[in-house]
Amino acid sequence: MNIFIFGFVNSVILALTASGFALVYGVSRLANFAHGALYILVGFATWLFLNRLGINYIVSILLSIIIVSVIGAGIYRLFLIRVKGMPASEIIASLALGIAIMELFRWRGFISEAYMLPPFVKGSVSIAGVMIDWQRLIIIGVGLAMMCSLWLFTHYTKVGLSLRAIAQDKHASMMSGIEPDRTAVISLAIGSALAGVAAVVILPLGNITVETGYMVLTNAIAVCIIGGLGSWAGVFAGAFLLGFAEILTAAFIGPQWQMVVVLLFIILTLILKPSGLLGKQKELEERV
Amino acid sequence: MDQKIGRNERLDRGIKVRTEGIYAISSWKGMAYALLPTFSFVLGMLILPLIVPSMTWQRIMTISCIFALLALSFDFLAHFVGIVCLGGAFFTGVGGYISGVLNSAFGLPMVITIPIATIAGGAICTLFLIPCLPIRGIYFAIVSLMYPILFHRVIQALNIFGGTDGLPGLATFPNIWVELYFIIPMTLLFTFGLRRLVNEDFGIVLRAIKDNDQAVRASNINIAWYKTKAVFIASAIGCFAGACLAHLYGWVGLSLFALDFSIFPIAATVVGGAGTLVGPIIGAFILAPLSEMLRAFGPLRVVFYSLILAGLVVYKTEGLVPFLQRKYHQFEHWTEV
Repeated sequence: MNIFIFGFVNSVILALTASGFALVYGVSRLANFAHGALYILVGFATWLFLNRLGINYIVSILLSIIIVSVIGAGIYRLFLIRVKGMPASEIIASLALGIAIMELFRWRGFISEAYMLPPFVKGSVSIAGVMIDWQRLIIIGVGLAMMCSLWLFTHYTKVGLSLRAIAQDKHASMMSGIEPDRTAVISLAIGSALAGVAAVVILPLGNITVETGYMVLTNAIAVCIIGGLGSWAGVFAGAFLLGFAEILTAAFIGPQWQMVVVLLFIILTLILKPSGLLGKQKELEERV
Repeated sequence: MDQKIGRNERLDRGIKVRTEGIYAISSWKGMAYALLPTFSFVLGMLILPLIVPSMTWQRIMTISCIFALLALSFDFLAHFVGIVCLGGAFFTGVGGYISGVLNSAFGLPMVITIPIATIAGGAICTLFLIPCLPIRGIYFAIVSLMYPILFHRVIQALNIFGGTDGLPGLATFPNIWVELYFIIPMTLLFTFGLRRLVNEDFGIVLRAIKDNDQAVRASNINIAWYKTKAVFIASAIGCFAGACLAHLYGWVGLSLFALDFSIFPIAATVVGGAGTLVGPIIGAFILAPLSEMLRAFGPLRVVFYSLILAGLVVYKTEGLVPFLQRKYHQFEHWTEV
């Protein structure tokens, strides 16, 4: 039971952190390696608003999410738009920008234990004999709410529909008057906002550190690769597979093997089926 | 619209056309023109250690050579075979650990460990990369990026080869001059060896694989075998660099699998110019000293570094060597259209 509940929480956390990355890749075929940096950027921004400027917790969360989505859009508009279509350059440019953001925080001295966000609701509750704190339950709630609202957004609003159109067939949607650059900007803004939402609900569980950024990036990539880049169901499948695999290894083999299992999963998936469990890429595009 | 519209017209210099191929030997001037770039590069590499001010800088020179070798192997794989391999750290780690273990456990001297590490390390890396060879582009890049992290974690988890402490007390080079004048000529050898190789028949097949692997396959050429050989060459160069690094510090540790060894070569290739083979060497010799100079800024160094990299990738994609080549071989003038 313990394993089941914490595996579930872990999987939702993974799905939340990966959703922004998956959205950006799905819509604009752009691997946003600055994802982890945007994630911790929200954490630190919220902390600054809350503790240095003394703004209300909810307001500071909203403010930092808005700021990060503007930054995400700016990264595309200023940098990535110029290297669009060159995968190696896209990755190098976005990874370099992400590292620049993260190391800037390290330089400003955000490395001590003191940087943590307060949980929304303190205390814990017992479910089927397992003690679980409210924050973890809130994570599950927010995760599910976010997936539902994303589904509604992409199925019932004009902007959301245009994002889906671009993801499905770029040329056909361009002919019907959807501008790919505009949707890419929107997708990066939304993707960064998703990273922000994930950050504010997950970060209260621990400290905000620069290393979290790198970890989030690796996890997001792992989930998206295993599930299949550019597929929503794949993100869930990947997140649940990885989430439970991590918890099971930690419980039965030893916590030091957790990362090894994740990496083995990635490598095996890439070797056996590069497009992931539920990916839709054509065979010829990915292997010879 | 009163503005005059024009463009920069570039024309080859006459002497460039006259010195192409065998005609270069028809005059001393032609020979000088054709040989000058190569000659000045080699001479520069050989006398640079003599003119740098201190021991520290000489040490930085050898480190630059290590990075240059990694950048060379990245450039060869990425721009001549079409395999974007981010596994520089994998190569250094495997090479370093092989020569480290041979040296500390069996007491073999450096003269033996480095060649063994080069060949055996190249073979091991190739064996691990063979299953991934059919995968293309970004997928291969991610797998090769994951291997060093995986090895790092496995060594940590199994606590083998000294675990997190590494293996100290390896043999080191007798003095700085031996180390400089061993690594620099080897770097030159690998550079010009590879440049010769990519212009042979073998290299032509490799470049064809990069451009259109299906067409090569249709010509009844076994592309998997060619790619395997290319990966062996590149990983052997990387393992050589790793083995030299282990003997430079006299220590082997998990930091040989650090991400730096995967990222730095790409940066060097971007700065120096992709697909030129000499470019990555020059890029490494610019970036490694630069990063030493920025060390005074502490963590901010990495910020500068990655901003420079992002700026170069996005706004100046050409690289230094193609720029210099253009200036050397062509003249430009403004024409109105």
